[in-house]
Amino acid sequence: MPGPDLLSSQGLRLDGRRPNELRRIRCKLGVFTQPDGSAYLEQGNTKVLAAVYGPHQASKSKQLTEGVVVNCQYSMATFSTGERKNRPRGDRKSQEMSLHLRQALAAAIKTELYPRSQIDIYVEVLQADGSAYCACVNVATLALIDAGIPLRAYACACSSSMAWKGGEPEPLVDVSHVEEAAGGVCLTVASLPSTESIALLEMSHRLHMDYFDVVLSRAMQGCRDIEVILDKAVREHLVEGWTKQDVVTI
Amino acid sequence: MSGHVSIRLASERVNHCVASNNELPQFYTPGEVITGTQDFMRGHGTYVEDDSLKASVAGVMQKVNKLICIRPLKSRYVGEIGDVVVGRVLEVQQKRWKVETNSRLDSILQLSSVNLPGGELRRRSAEDEQMMRKHLQEGDLISAEVQSVFSDGSLSLHTRSLKYGKLSQGVLIKVFPSLIKRRKNHFHNLACGVSVIIGNNGYIWISPQKQDIMVDDNREDIQNYEMQNA
Repeated sequence: MPGPDLLSSQGLRLDGRRPNELRRIRCKLGVFTQPDGSAYLEQGNTKVLAAVYGPHQASKSKQLTEGVVVNCQYSMATFSTGERKNRPRGDRKSQEMSLHLRQALAAAIKTELYPRSQIDIYVEVLQADGSAYCACVNVATLALIDAGIPLRAYACACSSSMAWKGGEPEPLVDVSHVEEAAGGVCLTVASLPSTESIALLEMSHRLHMDYFDVVLSRAMQGCRDIEVILDKAVREHLVEGWTKQDVVTI
Repeated sequence: MSGHVSIRLASERVNHCVASNNELPQFYTPGEVITGTQDFMRGHGTYVEDDSLKASVAGVMQKVNKLICIRPLKSRYVGEIGDVVVGRVLEVQQKRWKVETNSRLDSILQLSSVNLPGGELRRRSAEDEQMMRKHLQEGDLISAEVQSVFSDGSLSLHTRSLKYGKLSQGVLIKVFPSLIKRRKNHFHNLACGVSVIIGNNGYIWISPQKQDIMVDDNREDIQNYEMQNA
């Protein structure tokens, strides 16, 4: 397979990471006061914001008696990509992303608890540097937790690609924009790592079936690593919120 | 010109807490196993999977005998009977008003659970149904008490007391409902001439005190005002 040269002779990637290394993830919960829950997340240079409204009463035409309606909106800021976008939302790609986002998050939310209600999730990509969808799932999970909406488990997403190192296949985790643009395969997995279940699986380009398992397991490992990071952020947020409550009562 | 300027990244965490060294309770996050055994009852914020009790929200545990609940830091308002709420009328229907109370589903105010103007007590007639919009319109703010909670979690309100009813001339402030404790009294008259209604649903109404309380101090002012308008 004459794939593009994504690994250097030292086995490092274009941005200097090792093949199994995630980009730095920094996040913050509760960034807005108006929505019920909100979060901000940076995954390398990919920066996303999420706001969650609800659960609130669904409109008559939409409401379901068996569960909550999950409504997602994915939008990319006009300044988020190298070339200025003229439609932040509503184009084909955003619509597809919204659907994918809903699929991943509806798998995590305990939808059966809130009949006749609706949850609105708005995600805005401020800067897109590869794996924007993954960052969106991760930030939406944080925003849902901030809103106090019951989840089965964390929903985490991670992407992985494929490179060759001395004739041996070497999967790459957390694909950046340069690696995406280089034209290699890109496998995106949204999963609930603590239950080992996959909520969404998407692949661009072609990959030989023999290598699929290693690429998938690398992406799943990435999801598990991300879950640890998100869990730490949630706990820090709880500690902060808790001491604040104590200060109020004294 | 060389002052110290600190520029922080948006994601950098700043802990404003004064008392950060006091001991913390144990926190639970979604999907975390609370207990592996089956001799506990699952309450709000928990679910059972693979014979173990797991948390579904991020927060602290509350245990009442065998019932385990996880309480999140903030969530939508969950009503209880007797709560004082402040809400906004959304819709006028056949025999009831739909009221928005920051709850998961819209609350309901029945025509039979309001005091008729004039205070007369009788069955509600067809004329009363036609006069509903005169009484409370879309967009009006009201204070009310939770009369009952339906099985799906939506609330039924009542305003059968003179302290409840339509609100006018004041400021509405919205906060997270978890910040408000349930107390005996949610109506406060402050010494500075301000009256406050602290709704359990996180809506706080601040208004000047009722005229009849102030009337001794400024009877003359009111008379002058009335004469000017006459």
